[in-house]
Amino acid sequence: MYDIINYFVTNVKILQSIPFWMVQAAFMLAGCGAVLGVAALFAGVGSVVERNIAGRIQARYGPNRVGPWGWMQFLADGIKLVLKEDLIPDASAKMPFRLAPYFIFTVAFAAFIVVPFSQKLQIADLNIGILYIISVSSIVVIAILLAGWSSGNKWSLFGAMRSAAQIISYEVPVTITILAVIMMAGTMSMQEITAGQSGGIWRWFIFRYPLFTIPAFLVYYIASIAEVNRTPFDIPEAESELVAGYHTEYSSMRFAMFMMSEYVNVLAVSAIAVTMFLGGWQSPYPGHIFPGIWSNIEGLFWFFSKTFFLVFLMMWIRWTLPRYRVDQLMDLCWKVLLPVSFINLFGICAWMLLA
Amino acid sequence: MFDTEELVINMGPQHPSTHGVLRLVLKTDGEIVSEVVPYVGYLHRALEKIAERVTYIQFMPFTDRLDYLAAMNCNFAYAGAVEKLAGIEVPPRAQGLRVIFSELNRIASHLVFFGTCGLDLGAWTPLLYAFREREMVLELFEMTCGARLTYNYGRIGGVSFDIPPEFEKETLEFCDYFVPRIKEYNELLTGNRVFVHRTANVGVISQEQAKRYSLVGPNLRGSGIKFDLRKDEPYWGYEKYDFNVPVGAGEYGVVGDAWNRYWVRILEMTESVKIIRQALAQLPSGDIIAKVPKVFKPPVGEAYFRAESPRGETGFYIVSDGTQKPSRLRIRTGSFTGVSIIPEVGKGAMISDLVAIVGSMDIILPEIDR
Repeated sequence: MYDIINYFVTNVKILQSIPFWMVQAAFMLAGCGAVLGVAALFAGVGSVVERNIAGRIQARYGPNRVGPWGWMQFLADGIKLVLKEDLIPDASAKMPFRLAPYFIFTVAFAAFIVVPFSQKLQIADLNIGILYIISVSSIVVIAILLAGWSSGNKWSLFGAMRSAAQIISYEVPVTITILAVIMMAGTMSMQEITAGQSGGIWRWFIFRYPLFTIPAFLVYYIASIAEVNRTPFDIPEAESELVAGYHTEYSSMRFAMFMMSEYVNVLAVSAIAVTMFLGGWQSPYPGHIFPGIWSNIEGLFWFFSKTFFLVFLMMWIRWTLPRYRVDQLMDLCWKVLLPVSFINLFGICAWMLLA
Repeated sequence: MFDTEELVINMGPQHPSTHGVLRLVLKTDGEIVSEVVPYVGYLHRALEKIAERVTYIQFMPFTDRLDYLAAMNCNFAYAGAVEKLAGIEVPPRAQGLRVIFSELNRIASHLVFFGTCGLDLGAWTPLLYAFREREMVLELFEMTCGARLTYNYGRIGGVSFDIPPEFEKETLEFCDYFVPRIKEYNELLTGNRVFVHRTANVGVISQEQAKRYSLVGPNLRGSGIKFDLRKDEPYWGYEKYDFNVPVGAGEYGVVGDAWNRYWVRILEMTESVKIIRQALAQLPSGDIIAKVPKVFKPPVGEAYFRAESPRGETGFYIVSDGTQKPSRLRIRTGSFTGVSIIPEVGKGAMISDLVAIVGSMDIILPEIDR
């Protein structure tokens, strides 16, 4: 982002007459707005795509009435939700109940601040990028607890409690796996992690020490499915058990915010997985086809193709598998994923020392 | 300082996995259910009382509303009871048709079970697959009697319509199409690790418990007791057909768990296809309904007739006082005992298990509340 700002400041005369911090703030805001827009658009389009994929998997058509091939369905859904009454139950604690959707919405988007979409397209290249993501994604728990507790509904409470237990547990294997990546990259900056994987598909971290890094990727992917509460780990909102879990009592735009943040979270964890294991914006072949600044387009293309592939996998899994029970979920986390992630960590460590 | 108590929570009557309007009041300690009390009656329509106010012939459409997923079986069971009361001999062709439609309806009903059981455990896709095939069965019904859900196809002494000429061909086509689909279901759901984890060793009903609560049908057979009215008390010529009675064997867990109840139903669908093929091949020609007077007055007396329905047995007990209307009519259905055992099985289970147990019982509420 700084490169882009500097480019404009040096080349556009009028910007030099404005104090630099103002230019910087304006560009940052514009960048955040753009990312927000892209992510929100994805949330909308993602829901239509998911419904279409679900339709194909389930031997039926998906939405196909609103707009060409049903692509405008999310607009219709959005308008419908906005026009609905914003119900706030009597039994709820009003203030946190109102606050929770904004909370979850904000933290869902916050992860995108450090995601490198291409060589230059990144809001902020924090030197603790990954640490920032881990901490931001943990805040989701607070938002969900807030929503579930304040709803004044027992089912919501159940959902919130399950969710808290689940997300906190799955943070552990995720973090240990990320630790392995940090070790391989020698940095916590997302941009530098991506740069460390340049030089074609075999330089990606997933193939770096295949015996350990491929399981590490799987551990991260499985655990991140659990972190975004999707089937087979969607126990916090298991509709056949808990009605709708922590967002049972929400309606109108507040409900839409929960829905949107779910899709944004899906995109976020997939983007992080791509950055950490699948080379981020790096192409599977060494070097670039487009020269100079245009290679950013190539980067964007590869980044989003890989991310959308992982998103598609998540949808595929969701519409195929039943749901785990809450204790089995914990078993999987503490008895399978955690030991495996430790083995991976030590394995990668040993391999790095020996190689 | 901290005060912990059990959370009393209402599961239903409006809840996604209570299959209609079942209400379960749970006492939970965290995720563990320490007590579960089912409340029924939200769908009570006083059908047994209505029966005393309408004639024998007029009551037939009401039996459709007993078990709306297997209306054929209810129709025929009621007709069977009246025939037993009045001593009417059903023509062989009508008997064959009854067998065919009973078995087709059994497949349709078990398909809904397969779908909703998956749905209860969080798998959406099986439902759509099941409905795809159920649609074809419903088309066969529509072709014959014009209705898709409440058929009113049974008549005292036979059935209302003969099958259309293309019925046999299309039914055989359906049978050929359907058997490979069961394999697909097994790949999708039955052997799925998550599904097995969720159902094996969950909601175990021992043989002794099953007998004590007088479970019937697949719920009983899931506990390993081989009892099927079609074999043990044959009616409508079931003794002529060659089929097996699948019982739970405990492939993944212990006998009598939710997985076995599920598996028995899947196997039964294959057996039903076998029966349909044989019944179609052996279908005699002739009348489809016995001569029954327009003003139908059975002799004074009483009769009980039960038939194997998808949810166990559907029995009608009729007391006649010699008039056009029954003096008393009592219905015995399989779902009722299925619900009765839930407090005992559900105790100590987790909330998610309870959903699996209710799902595997394949209860249907209008049949319980009547």
